[in-house]
Amino acid sequence: MSLLSVHELTAFYGDFQALFGVTLDVEPGEVVAIIGANGAGKSTFLRSVVGLCASAAKAALFDGRPIGGRPTHEIVTLGIALVPEGRRIFPSLTVEENLLIGGHRGRPGPWSLARVYDLFPMLYERRAMSGPALSGGQQQMLAIGRALMANPRLLLLDEVSLGLAPIVVDDVYTRLPTIVGEGTTTLFVEQDVGRALSVCHRVYCFQEGRIALAGSPRDLTRAQIAAAYFGV
Amino acid sequence: MDWMNAVIQGVLLGGLYALFAAGLSLVFGIMRVVNLAHGDFIILAAFLSVVVVGVTGLGPFLSLVIVVPLMGGLGYAVQRGLLARTLDRGVLPPLLVTFGLSVIIQNLLLQIFSADDRRLDAGGISTASIGIAGQLAIGWFPVVVFVVGMLAIAGLQILFTRTSLGRAFRATADDQETVRLMGIDNRHTYGLAVAIAFGIVALAGVCLGIRTTFSPDIGPGRLLVAFETVVIGGLGSLWGTLMGGVILGIAHTIGAKLDPAYRELTGHLVFLLVLLARPQGLFAKPVRET
Repeated sequence: MSLLSVHELTAFYGDFQALFGVTLDVEPGEVVAIIGANGAGKSTFLRSVVGLCASAAKAALFDGRPIGGRPTHEIVTLGIALVPEGRRIFPSLTVEENLLIGGHRGRPGPWSLARVYDLFPMLYERRAMSGPALSGGQQQMLAIGRALMANPRLLLLDEVSLGLAPIVVDDVYTRLPTIVGEGTTTLFVEQDVGRALSVCHRVYCFQEGRIALAGSPRDLTRAQIAAAYFGV
Repeated sequence: MDWMNAVIQGVLLGGLYALFAAGLSLVFGIMRVVNLAHGDFIILAAFLSVVVVGVTGLGPFLSLVIVVPLMGGLGYAVQRGLLARTLDRGVLPPLLVTFGLSVIIQNLLLQIFSADDRRLDAGGISTASIGIAGQLAIGWFPVVVFVVGMLAIAGLQILFTRTSLGRAFRATADDQETVRLMGIDNRHTYGLAVAIAFGIVALAGVCLGIRTTFSPDIGPGRLLVAFETVVIGGLGSLWGTLMGGVILGIAHTIGAKLDPAYRELTGHLVFLLVLLARPQGLFAKPVRET
C-alpha cells in the first residue's frame, strides 16, 4: 500500500485555481521529486497534503487513512513533516528550542536531539544562538533538523536549495541518504532539475497545476523533461 | 521620613499594578490583541470572590482556589468562543469586541450587585503592619501583594523560558502557521494563554478587593493602570512589567503625597515622559531586525 496516495487533488486561492486534479503516489522508502516551473503548483501541492490549503476529504490518503480537510496539527501528528519554503525558523527561539519544538508531539522514532546534532554538527556548536543569527544554509539545516525531530514517516521538503550557495546545497543534499537510511520516505520539491534527478527514485513534473510527466529518471529523456517543464 | 514612606508604599503598590498588567501583557504579547475589557474582568473576579466568600464562608485568600480556575476557564471560553473569531481580521474587530465585553460586564455587575462599594474582608492582615523605625510602618498586606506580584511574574518567566508550553507560546507568537506544522493546535495554545492571563486577573481582582473598595464601574481605570504599567516597563519584558508597576506606583503615592488630587495626574505625567523619551519602554528588549 502506498504511504501517501493523492487522488484528483484540487486547490484554490480564492477564485484562482492552483491545482487541477493531481494524482500522485509515494511508496514507503521512496525518494520522490517534484519539479516544475515557478507557479506550477508544487508548493501548493505540499501545503495541501499537510492541510495548510483546503482539500476534499478523500483527496489524500496517508497510510490508507483519509487526511484531506483535516487540521494541520492532526495530519502532522500522524507522521508527516514539512520543511516549509523560506525555512520559517522561529525567531524568538534558540537553535535548540527550534529543534525541540519540532519534537513537540513526542512521536517515537530514530531521531533525537543527539542524532540531529550528529547529522548537523554546526547546529550543536550554535545551539544557544537565536535562529535569525544563522546563515541561510544553517537555517535550512535547522529547518530540516526541526522536521526530523518529529520522527516523520513522510518528510516533505519545499525548495531546500532556494537562495543558497551551490556549495551549501551540496552540503544539504549529501545528508539526504542518511535521512532516507533511517526509513524516512521523502517527497521533495526542487527547481534544480539536475540535482532532483540525481537523488530521486521517481520524479513528477508539474505544469500549470497538472502533472505533465511522471516516471523514473532512468526512463526519461532530457527532451521529454524539457517539454514537460516548459510546456512547449 | 514621610517621603521615604511614600516611596516604600509606592514600590509595594507596584506589585498590585504588575498583577494588573501581567495578563494584559501576556495576551498582547502572544496574540497582538489589546483586551479593552481587561480591567472589567479584574473587577468581575473581585465580585466572583465576594460570591464565593458568601456561599462557602471561605476567606478571600482561600476563595482563590475557586476563583482562579473559574476565571481561567472563562478566559479559555472567551478566547475560543469569541476572540478567536476576530483574529486575522485586522486590528479593529478585537478592539470592538472587547470594548463591547467591557460594557456588558459593567452593566451585568451593576444589575446583579448594584453600584454599592464593596470590599473583601481578609480579617486582621489587611490592617496589620510592621513597624520599621519611628513613624515608618509597612502594612503586611501590601507586602503580601508585592510578593504575589513578584511570584506571578517569576512564574510567567519560568513558564515562558523553561517549559514546552512556553516554547509553544513564543513560537505561536512568532508564526502561527508554521507552529501548526509542529503539531501544535494554535487555537488551543491561544486559549491556554488567555486562560493563564485570566488566572492572573483573578489574583489581581482579589488583591484589589482586599486592598480597597470596588464597584462595577472602576474596571476601565484599572485597565489604564495596567496599560501604563506595560508601556513604561516595555512590551515583551516580564521583569519590565514589574518595574513599570513599581515606577507607576511610586508616581501615584508621591503625587498623592503632594496633593491627593495629583495622584492620577502624576502617574499620567510619568507615563507620558517615558513615552516621549523611550517609546519602546524602559526595559524592552532591543528590537530585532528581520
